[in-house]
Amino acid sequence: MIIALAGNPNCGKSTLFNRLTGANRRVGNFPGVTVDGMIGNVIGHKGVSIVDLPGIYSLTSYTSDEIVSRDFLLKQKPDAIINITDATNIERNLYLTLQLIKLQIPMILALNMMDEVLANSGSVDILQLQNALGITVVPISAKKKEGLAELTEIAIHAAAHKTLPLRIDFCTDAAHRAIHAISHIVEDHAQRHGIPARFAATKLVEGDDNMLKTLSLSANQADMIEHAVVEMETELGTDREAAIVDMRYRFIEDVCKRCVVKAEESREYRRSVRLDSVLTHKIWALPSFLGIMFTVFLLTFGVIGVPLSGVLESGIDMLARAVDGALEASGVNPALQSLVIDGIFAGVGAVVGFVPIIVTLFFFLSMLEDSGYMARIAFVMDKLLRKIGLSGRSIVPMLMGFGCTVPAIMAARTLASRRDKKMTVLLTPFMSCGAKLPIYALFTAAFFAKHQALVMMSLYVTGIILAILSGLVMNKTIFRGAPVPFVLELPNYRLPAAKTVLFLMWDKTKDFVLRAFTYIFAAAVVIWFLQYFDIRLNPVADSGDSILAHIGRLMTPVFAPIGFSDWRVPTALVTGFSAKEVVISTLAVLTEAGTESLGDALHGLFTPLTAFSFLIFTLLYTPCVAAVATVKRELGSLKGTFFVILYQTGIAWMAAFFVYWAGRTVFGLDG
Amino acid sequence: MTLRNLEVGKSGRVLQVGGEKALRRRLLEMGITPRTVITVKKIAPMGDPVELFLRGYALTLRLEDAEKITIEKISENGGASK
Repeated sequence: MIIALAGNPNCGKSTLFNRLTGANRRVGNFPGVTVDGMIGNVIGHKGVSIVDLPGIYSLTSYTSDEIVSRDFLLKQKPDAIINITDATNIERNLYLTLQLIKLQIPMILALNMMDEVLANSGSVDILQLQNALGITVVPISAKKKEGLAELTEIAIHAAAHKTLPLRIDFCTDAAHRAIHAISHIVEDHAQRHGIPARFAATKLVEGDDNMLKTLSLSANQADMIEHAVVEMETELGTDREAAIVDMRYRFIEDVCKRCVVKAEESREYRRSVRLDSVLTHKIWALPSFLGIMFTVFLLTFGVIGVPLSGVLESGIDMLARAVDGALEASGVNPALQSLVIDGIFAGVGAVVGFVPIIVTLFFFLSMLEDSGYMARIAFVMDKLLRKIGLSGRSIVPMLMGFGCTVPAIMAARTLASRRDKKMTVLLTPFMSCGAKLPIYALFTAAFFAKHQALVMMSLYVTGIILAILSGLVMNKTIFRGAPVPFVLELPNYRLPAAKTVLFLMWDKTKDFVLRAFTYIFAAAVVIWFLQYFDIRLNPVADSGDSILAHIGRLMTPVFAPIGFSDWRVPTALVTGFSAKEVVISTLAVLTEAGTESLGDALHGLFTPLTAFSFLIFTLLYTPCVAAVATVKRELGSLKGTFFVILYQTGIAWMAAFFVYWAGRTVFGLDG
Repeated sequence: MTLRNLEVGKSGRVLQVGGEKALRRRLLEMGITPRTVITVKKIAPMGDPVELFLRGYALTLRLEDAEKITIEKISENGGASK
């Protein structure tokens, strides 16, 4: 038995889902529809699962979330729907309810946050509301775990007995007639597609082109429908879209007048206003935002996440050494020994190293999201981000990109529109990630000792400027067309539920490990292979004979115009694809300098000008394999992933070329 | 007048909702239907967007979108003026 959980954003849907289901959750996968939502088994009811649909305001087809939900409900036909609503904001929440009722699927209305309504001396006449809507209404508090057992019992009962919603009519005469007439016209077609005729008719009256396409009506039928709708428009003196929306809201207002005693201005709302008097204040909003972001950043990449990664990595290192010793003693083939230590252990270490960072960052992101602050960030930062065609929320993944591109790109998932998400994913790699810092530190110390800070700063700024330019260009080219409207609810601030936060951290980490592991692991082993063998597949004695060195030599013509004529530089850059900090260890091996004297050895490879060109290239060229794997996961397209690799590398080459060329011709520096 | 011109702290009653298809649809569905009373609560620090209050909840809109909503101002004594 499958029960769908549907409701507006910010109504406590994920809290309810987490309360009803246990740890046994997976990403929903149904033939023909992609639901990027979770599916879980209901605790204490064997064989009953709940699908958590995306939070939506309506069942039209303007956003991908709405399309996904609508497709799921129409095609998959769950046994029942639990429609969760925020009782403190009942008018707007019932708007979706009125559309769900028309689907002819057994349905229960869960009135969430009833505790808040009652605490603020409001009330809802449950029986009256049931009569008005023709479905069972259950008051609950997902947060306080009230009414949940009753809700599941009733939902399962309704599903088992196929208790359909009673037919309610919220339409006035003219619209009623139009819907009735169109119902008859489309009845056969709708039935063939498994769509309730009245639902289809209502959508057609609203001017929903998607429905028109789905039903594959004849030109004649389409004409008849158009005629009926125009007649209704003339009679009502308004257009089709406004007419139906307005009727639904009129009906809701009428129901609320009879059933709901509105709460006085609630404590939660007053608290939100007080918090917002600082957090969205004319002067204090920006400092608060920067302060909060800085704290999250510092805790994730400085205090908790990265040090924990260090601990894990040194643990794996110790294990590797122990295994290394054992293999040495047992006298196995040195190639196998090297594969295990330098290939497999290095690969596993790289994957595991990301986990603490992802866990910590998503802990904070989940707090920001569930508390309601994320919506304020959108409110405060919108004007700035809109200039490059994004909305305010995109700033969060981008800022996190300065720590690590991997969790930053994962954070883009929560962005409302697909366009914003894609663009944010494409622009985040421009933010210089933390793994590049050791490279900057080494080179600036070796070549620009006097202006170390200035040179580093110039790198970060270059990244940001190129991101903005790319944004502007993309906005005019691949992302041309109207952006999704920015109409955003500012929910009351609420304390996030611990279980929701924990589950999000768990889901994100699991997702990363499962999906990125293969790629990162494969990259580590391939790079090991290229370094260990020469082209005749004999283990190399001199690192200059390896396959990798050959590849590096082959690539020198490409890199000569940007100032790197030595094969060791491209070779180091190639190994940087497995992880950026590896560039340093490769250079140390290839120059035979060791890490200590590497700074001096670099003077044999670079002039100050080519060192700077190298830094610019390192800043911009393709993200590491872990980031690329994450991009693939989030964009869901191989084409887009290759685009990221080629685009970044192309920009890197051009920028480095510009630096090298300008340095020599304009400033007369040594190449 | 349009919602864009409404000062912070003042309320208006919606007369008409314009805008291109997707935007208009979204505005209507979020409850900005004719006769709805909307109060402007705040303007974002950089001057755009605005925070509104309607039907018991807070909503934010960009000024360019608020301009598509025609309203009549509700003066303090309860009367309406265009």
